[in-house]
Formats: sequence, C-alpha cells, structure tokens
Amino acid sequence: MEKPPFKTKLKRIIKAGFFNFWRSGYVSLASILVMVITLSVIGSVIFVSAILNITMSELRNKVDINVYFVTSAPEETILSLKTKIETLPEVKTVEYMSREEALENFRLQHENDQITLQALEELGDNPLGASLNIKAKEPSQYEGIANFLNEENILSSGGEKIIDKINYFENRIAIEKLSRIIDSAENLGSALSLALIIVSIMITFNTVRLTIYISREEISVMQLVGASKNYVKGPFVVTGVIVGLISGLITMFLFFPISYWLGNTTQNFFIGLNIFDYYLSNFFEILLIVVGSGVAIGAISSFLAVRKYLKL
Amino acid sequence: MSIIFDNVSKKYNRDYVALDKVSFVIKPNEFVSIVGPSGAGKTTLLKMLLAEEKPTEGRILLHDIDIHTLSGKDMNFVRRKIGAVFQDFRLLPQKNVYENIAFAMEAAGRPDEEIESDVPHVLELVDLGSKIWSFPGELSGGEKQRVAIARAIVNQPDIIIADEPTGNLDPMNTYDIVQIFKKINDLGTTVILTTHNKGVIDSIGRRVITMQEGKMVRDDPTGKYIL
Repeated sequence: MEKPPFKTKLKRIIKAGFFNFWRSGYVSLASILVMVITLSVIGSVIFVSAILNITMSELRNKVDINVYFVTSAPEETILSLKTKIETLPEVKTVEYMSREEALENFRLQHENDQITLQALEELGDNPLGASLNIKAKEPSQYEGIANFLNEENILSSGGEKIIDKINYFENRIAIEKLSRIIDSAENLGSALSLALIIVSIMITFNTVRLTIYISREEISVMQLVGASKNYVKGPFVVTGVIVGLISGLITMFLFFPISYWLGNTTQNFFIGLNIFDYYLSNFFEILLIVVGSGVAIGAISSFLAVRKYLKL
Repeated sequence: MSIIFDNVSKKYNRDYVALDKVSFVIKPNEFVSIVGPSGAGKTTLLKMLLAEEKPTEGRILLHDIDIHTLSGKDMNFVRRKIGAVFQDFRLLPQKNVYENIAFAMEAAGRPDEEIESDVPHVLELVDLGSKIWSFPGELSGGEKQRVAIARAIVNQPDIIIADEPTGNLDPMNTYDIVQIFKKINDLGTTVILTTHNKGVIDSIGRRVITMQEGKMVRDDPTGKYIL
C-alpha cells in the first residue's frame, strides 16, 4: 500500500488535535485554567527577578569609594593614579573631580547658605582637594581596591602622601553588610523561583495526564484499528500545544491590568522600577517566554502521558 | 490468509490456565463460530490474533508468519488486514460516525478522495447512511455495532473477528447483524465470531469450535450449538 504524503498526515494530525481540543470542552477548559496558573507563576518570576535585579544593581551603584587628595597633590599625579586604577580588573568606572569642580559643587550645594559662602570667600584660596570616585563591579571588591590605594599612597613619589582619606574605611561595615544581603537575596530569590516553577509545572503535567487518562480506551482502540504510534500521539500533542498557546495568550492578557495596577506601587516601593513600563518595553520577550513555556509544557506532558497508554 | 493456532497455551499468574494446548486451522474465506461458556477462553483466542495478548506457549501463524515475532510497526500492518468488532463497540466517542470510520482509513494511510467516497458507501452497506454525522452517544446499541462493523470492513480486511458482537443487542438487531456478517463472508472475507447465543449459531449453520475451560472440546464442520 502506498504511503500518504507527509503533508496529508500532518494535516490530519493537526485537524484531529484541534477537534480533540474543541470537543473535549470542559476538560480543555480545566487544562487551560491550570496552565494559566503555571504560566502566571513563570511570568511573575520574570517580573520579580526584574525588580530584584534592578533594585540590586541600583543598590550596587550606590556603593562606591571616594578618594580625597590633599590640596597640594599635583593633578598629573592624580590622573596617572586614575589610569593605574582603571587597569585594575575589578574596577568598573573611575571619575575624576578636580579642585575647581569640587568648589563649584560646594557652592551649588550651599547656594542658600550665605554664611558658609562668605567664609569661603574670606579664605581666598580653594580649601577643597580633588577626588576620585571609584565604582567596583562587585561590592565585595572594594576592600581590595581600598588596600591597593593605601599601598599606592605609601609608595607615592618622594614619600609624600597625596591621599587625604579613603572613605571606604569609614563605610566598610555598611558596604560588607549590603553585599552580603545582595548575595543572599539573589540566592534565595532564584531558589524560590525554581521551586515554584517546578511545582507548578508538575501540577500542569498531572492535569494533562488526567485528561489523557480519560482517553486511554480511545488510545487502545486507535491502535487496534492499526494506527501507528506517532499517528496516535500526534493529535494529543497538538491539543497540548493549543492549550499551551491559548493559556500563554490569556496569561499575557491578564498581566496587562495587573502590572498597570501594580505599576505605581512598585515604582514607589522599589528603586525606580515601574513594573507596567517593564511589561510594555519587554512585551515581546515576556510573550515569547510565557507562550513558549506553555507550548513546551503542553506538548511534552501530552507526549509523555500518551506514551504510557500505547501498547505494542 | 490462513490462520493456524499451533499448540497455543496461555497461563496467568502461573496457576490459572486460560488456554490449554489449542490447535486448529482456519482456511481462507471460512466462517467460524467459537462457542463456550464465559471463561472458556474465547476472547483470549481473539486477543492473541490481534497480538493484544502473547501466548505462553505455542505459535499463531497468519499466512505462515508467527505474528508474535513481529515488531510493533509490522504488527500495525497486520492489524489493518484484520477488522475487529467487539461486544462493547469501542467507537471513538469524540468522533462522529463519519470520522470513526475515516480514522481507520487514515490510519491505513488511504488518501482523502478514497475516504470521502468509501465511508458513505460502507455505511450504506450496513444500512446506516442517515446517521453519518451522528456521534456514538446519539446512537442505539444496534446502530453502534453497525458503525463498528463498517469501520472493521472499510479497509477490505482479509479477516473479520467479532467478539460477542450481539451480546448487547436485542433479537431483531442480533438477526440483522448476523446477516451482515454472512454478507461480508459471501464477499470473500474470513469471519471468526465468538458467541454464547444458541440462536446465532443455529442461524449461521457453518463450522463451530466449542471451547470449555481453556480446551477445544469439539470442532464441527456444520455445527450446532451443543453443550
């Protein structure tokens, strides 16, 4: 007997899967509801980790070291130190603030404070030293940078110290605590989200298995009339894909009002992240992840569940 | 296609013997009834022919091939050559009459045009043309069994096996179904039928194999129902 072309077979499988989905009515609806919950968990994990990441990096950015130089320190020496620091692997950025800029900033900050400004005028000379603002890639790396600067200071030209003070040694405890909190928050966050995702995937998997358990008689009848394994499996996998697709779209649709509603709250509570803006600007990425997970979970769990009832 | 049961035994859990050294030959185009009380091993015999059960000992040869040595894929081809009808009909409840029959044709890889022309035709043959778009839940027992028969014969199998096909039917429907099987046999298909309905056997008037407690106790060429 001649074999039908692959296209015909595929068309039949997709059609059968669609009818299967449509005629199972409540069973399909139940799978969709459970799948929506799973995908919501996955989607929420995306949002929570975005909030966490942005908050953490904001916090990280707030951690820095300021190196204050003595007023007599020559600019070239400071700039050459800056280039030296920039070559350190743990350093992200170094910003130089000259004495004049420091004075300008000081003036701006004390705009309304006539007494201080007058006192400054009377001094005649600029009392402020230049400074370097250093940001490390990781908060834990500040100690090394601070130690390096200390050594440089001792070894500096002509035995004359050019660094007045390094504020790391004053903020040290706060920096260390913060970096520990950031680390453990990240670990806890990823462990929790992983657990949540696994549990919800298992629940969906079981629901799909139950829907296929209902069809176990049908599966054996299909085999009895001579349908090949793949021809039996195919429509169930297609049904799983349809359930995943619809659930993914519903979940994305639900995220719209929810993130809108939570937008302002998150913006005020966390540092500057509006979750609604995040949803809009990353819409296609989130869509891809949510719908993709739905389709994958639907297809894989159907595939595995049918396999259980196939004989021969 | 000749069928040979060669010394076939089936044991469950070591002690319970469902079949005990059963041997017989069914020639092409025969109409064989297998009779006996419940638990005599009739259904087990048919299940082995469909490779749903494996014999503990002995061989089942179909056209000189031991079917229990076949791979799953090859067995699918064999199953398409055997049409099966059951007491509980075993239709696909989510598919309508047309789709139930079309499914068997699709599984056999038949093209769409053939399916579209053959399904109405085979439904006419079992006198069910008017119910083509009904779902199994909307049909009576007799009608369901006719759909099952239509599905069994649509791929023009060499053999039809029917396990208590009239078990759930009233006398009128029983008579009709038996007539359909006779017609199928007249068209050149081997029919193997199990029953414990005396009236069915007497109205067929062909070969009867009698089973009792897993053994073959009688094989009459034009038998009557005797127990």
